[in-house]
Amino acid sequence: MQKKKKLVEYLIEKGLFITAIFSIVIILIIFIFIINEGIPAISEYGFLNFIFGMTWAPSDSQFGVFPMIIGSICVTLLSLLMAVPLSLLCAIFMAEVAPDSVRKVLKPVIETLSGIPSVVYGFFGLIVIVPLIREQFGGTGFSMFTASLILTVMVLPTIISVSQDAIRSVPSEYREASLGLGATNWQTIKNIIFPAALPGIITAIILGMGRAIGETLAVIMVAGNVPLIPGSIFDPLRTLTSNIALEMGYATGIHYSALFTTAIVLFIIIIVLLLVAHYFQKKYSMDAYGGHA
Amino acid sequence: MNSKLKGIIILILVILCVYIMIVPGSSYERINIVGSTSVQPLGEKLAETYTENNNVLINVQGGGSGMGIRSSHQNITDIGMSSKELNNEEKKELEELILGQEGIVISVNNENNVNDLNIGQIKNIFSGKIRNWKEVGGKDLNIEVITREEGSGTRSAFEDLVMEDSKIKADAIVQSSTESVKQSIVSNPGAIGFVSYAHMSDDVKSLLVDGVDVSEETIADKSYKLQRPFIFLINGEPKDSVKEFLQWVYSPEGIKIIKEEKIVPPNSTQILKYQELLK
Repeated sequence: MQKKKKLVEYLIEKGLFITAIFSIVIILIIFIFIINEGIPAISEYGFLNFIFGMTWAPSDSQFGVFPMIIGSICVTLLSLLMAVPLSLLCAIFMAEVAPDSVRKVLKPVIETLSGIPSVVYGFFGLIVIVPLIREQFGGTGFSMFTASLILTVMVLPTIISVSQDAIRSVPSEYREASLGLGATNWQTIKNIIFPAALPGIITAIILGMGRAIGETLAVIMVAGNVPLIPGSIFDPLRTLTSNIALEMGYATGIHYSALFTTAIVLFIIIIVLLLVAHYFQKKYSMDAYGGHA
Repeated sequence: MNSKLKGIIILILVILCVYIMIVPGSSYERINIVGSTSVQPLGEKLAETYTENNNVLINVQGGGSGMGIRSSHQNITDIGMSSKELNNEEKKELEELILGQEGIVISVNNENNVNDLNIGQIKNIFSGKIRNWKEVGGKDLNIEVITREEGSGTRSAFEDLVMEDSKIKADAIVQSSTESVKQSIVSNPGAIGFVSYAHMSDDVKSLLVDGVDVSEETIADKSYKLQRPFIFLINGEPKDSVKEFLQWVYSPEGIKIIKEEKIVPPNSTQILKYQELLK
């Protein structure tokens, strides 16, 4: 009996371990595969030429992804610029201000927003937003601004729900102490709850950023996919992910390999962004809980 | 030590289970067709009709001409599909079976009053030398060029047929499918793009090229200049089930389906040649 129990324990423990390392193994396999496929292009074209090259013309063996690096970063930042204030205020409203009845309506609506497939967002953008932008601001309508608008809507639910959880998990003693000292509701939110929830909010922004930089299909449909550095926010651009998805189906030889090198560049950018974000997360979490230590 | 051994055994069991689940049972004949998304609808139609009366399973997959060439070259698939002619290097290794010719239509917004362009004008518009519709007899409106992504079968056919040594301008809007090219044209009065004849519909306007309107007749007699081949690729001697399928494609029944899909099939001597080859 005792032995059987031990075996069960053992099996469960190892089973959990296997599932835990599963994702690590998969990431490693993907990473090795991408590097392996990308190496021919790197060795033939040179990694620096690749990163800082200004022209992307695979039929002429020109593989410069610099415009797309700029494109990816610009679209992501612009969409975060719009999405972060909007979603943080919404999260604060839902977590602190809204009565239960309002929250009961808002929450499923926002969850629905995250359930809409990206192709639907893209199609909506192509049919509705692109002509609207063209009429209002001129140009073709396919632009960085259009893509950022779509991405803003797409990252809203992620940032809202994660930062709302962060805000709600601030211990209620903090809230009560602040109110007890005579602070108003808004003062409490601004000076106590928001700083205490900041690490969680940064996590929410990181997740939103990941979604924005990785989004491909919707961006392909509205960004215009021109492989040039955009001169203004109403110019079309191409992102790294679009570049891969657009040409993957057709590419052969060195062009095929160059697309994997694009993926390596994307990997590096995401890792750098994550490191920066984690640095800030750590820094602010020290500030918020510094008094406890 | 003992627990490590147990761990390894568990790992092997898990891998075995996954392997068994992934590898499919092969109870009936399978034919895989992979390649150009332009040829895919025709391939599906042919496969669908053929499997109704035959005990095979045909799996038609998109992925693009490049993928079609690559996977038939690597023998991953039984038949590859391509919508561009192979280069000489590829021709040495693969056999081309032409299914027919497809027209490429230059299309503009329905509100556009330009009806006819010659190939030189089209070339200048797409290379960016002509930037306003009034230069080709239209309204005073900027021309918005919409193109397909680099490597697309439709685009490379268009480049070979129209652009020759010049290039499509770098700031042309790139759309990733025929449908999104059409949608962009519908919503933009100054837009011009190219779509395949099979995808042509009333919501965009097709232009005459060198004075010739696009139709099955003008594609067949080659008077309409913008056309490209649809090709099945085989690598070496195909297996029997594939051979039977291809023989059926070049039978009157198969040719009828090709015609229904608005593709103009090869002439009868060419068909006879293929039938001979597939015996």
